[in-house]
Amino acid sequence: MSPREALRTAFQAILANRLRSFLTTLGVVIGVMSVVLLVSIGQGARSEITGAIEGLGSNLLFVLPGSGDFGGPPTRSRFTLDEVEAVARALPRGEERVSGQVLGTETVGAEGERVTTTVYGVSAGHTTVVDREIARGQGFAPSDVVGNRRVALLGADVATELFADLDPIGRSISIGGSRFRVVGVLEVVGSSAFGPSQDEDVYVPLTTGMRLLSVSNVDTIYVRSDTTEALDADRETVERVLGQRLAEDQFTVFTQDEIVGVVGTILQILTFVLGAIAGISLLVGGVGVSNIMLVSVSERTREIGLRKALGARTRDITAQFLLEAVALTGLGGVLGLGIGVGLAQVVTLVSPIPAEVTTWSVALALGVSTGVGLLFGVLPARRAGRLDPVEALRHD
Amino acid sequence: MRGGGGAPGVPLLEAEAVERTYRMGGDVEVRALRGVSFRVDRGDYVAIVGTSGSGKSTLLNLIGALDRPDGGHVRYDGRDVREMSDTELAELRNVRIGFVFQSFHLLSRMTARDNVAMPLVYRTSSPKERRRRATEALEAVGLGDRVDHRPTELSGGQQQRVAIARALVTEPALILADEPTGNLDTRTGEEIMGLLEGIQADRGTALVVITHEPEIAGRAGRRIELRDGLVVADAVQIPTRSTPAAVAP
Repeated sequence: MSPREALRTAFQAILANRLRSFLTTLGVVIGVMSVVLLVSIGQGARSEITGAIEGLGSNLLFVLPGSGDFGGPPTRSRFTLDEVEAVARALPRGEERVSGQVLGTETVGAEGERVTTTVYGVSAGHTTVVDREIARGQGFAPSDVVGNRRVALLGADVATELFADLDPIGRSISIGGSRFRVVGVLEVVGSSAFGPSQDEDVYVPLTTGMRLLSVSNVDTIYVRSDTTEALDADRETVERVLGQRLAEDQFTVFTQDEIVGVVGTILQILTFVLGAIAGISLLVGGVGVSNIMLVSVSERTREIGLRKALGARTRDITAQFLLEAVALTGLGGVLGLGIGVGLAQVVTLVSPIPAEVTTWSVALALGVSTGVGLLFGVLPARRAGRLDPVEALRHD
Repeated sequence: MRGGGGAPGVPLLEAEAVERTYRMGGDVEVRALRGVSFRVDRGDYVAIVGTSGSGKSTLLNLIGALDRPDGGHVRYDGRDVREMSDTELAELRNVRIGFVFQSFHLLSRMTARDNVAMPLVYRTSSPKERRRRATEALEAVGLGDRVDHRPTELSGGQQQRVAIARALVTEPALILADEPTGNLDTRTGEEIMGLLEGIQADRGTALVVITHEPEIAGRAGRRIELRDGLVVADAVQIPTRSTPAAVAP
């Protein structure tokens, strides 16, 4: 039997039993759809998060508390203002390139409006270090930090929420019950899928922030290098300075690439796990196909007997039923792919996650669905091929 | 291979001391055939008769190359069926034998033409060629205007005609008809027999009809009678037909 003829025979059989074929392949449709959709969501989340980290600008070093083992329990920070200053002193133009950061959630109010948002205590050079533009007004001066001044920089959204069309510069706001004066408004960053938008941020000087949040330790120290080549030297300096003041497992220096790498790997694994879980439903769909193919073989025993009498060889019959199973799951795969890609677009439209349909998830879903057809079609097909023509013709 | 193929002198089909025993589970054995011998030459018209349980069906399976004997030999063109593989038997059935069954055995999801073309699917032939030959075969049985009908849209007699066209389409050396009129009324049955006889007469195709009806058996040029797994009579006879042989009514 020619491949073309075999394919025609397979589709003829599938179409002869439309409802059953559809219900049988539904398991595969749902399986493929889940794989494509979940993987595209995972992939979208990964790009979004790593993109957000990369948005901080390259040539950035992160000094985090602990030994750098992301799998371990969270470590309490041992950094104080002294560590931030020591790092800044050890690096040329350290005042501009080093920033300590604390953060907490506070209620911010002005002009009768109130918003609850993340308030960051940061060093004077922070906006330069993490690459954020100031749209209006000005950033903090070193004297604001030293002098513990109650001044604030507002994210674009916070400024709009509190002051609407008014110019916030020079106006006063309350943060956690204390009065602050707005000195500047940050440039719009844009939406983020995860956590509050960066446009909701409120910055205050580091010392003021620590007092406001009642903390004595700095959470993170950022160091910006002038060039990529300077990263390693700066890192050594930071490690040396902190190594003199803290135990080895109390701090770790990461480059931005390393953070992106680690976070990316975690999310990649998460994506694979999602895909694998969806893959299980694909296997279950395959079992359904196998089951129906067995029913089909037994229902069509007389047809098999007839075909054998007319000259079909064992391998013709086996191929016919195998192809039918593969065509069934393949159709399900294409259908599931279409729905999965469609739903991914919907997710992108209605949620902040930009779902990314990846080539590998499409190839995997289609490959696995056809593979499932082959795997689960073999048993029924072999059974069909081995039928004795005499018995099969007599069957009723 | 046309109906007249094969080496001269070698019979088309030869059964020699054929035995077939079924084991029914446990120690129970049924000896369906106990040494059956006969031969069928090109263009022969043979009726095989016998009551139910005489071994007719078993013999049909053996001469249809659907089964192999336990003892003795079934030879096609001198080749012993017992020495052929399953694949070789499938090819033999495809090339040399055309089956006509009591219950027609048509696939209801296919058109008459696709049903007729089915045996050609198992040999190398182009779709166009298959279409042409299937249409020709349907025309030969008088159903040239029913090619795109499905079996459910046809009468019993028309369905059996489609089945005959299917047997005919491969130009076999032997048409093996198992109770071909069993599901038809007398008149339609006679038409069907007339059609088969016309093919035998015009094309030189050997025709073996297995039947329990004396009227049908009486139409053949030769009659083989089975009883309890043995041939009890094998004789040339003068055919008695109420309708003349014809290709189309």
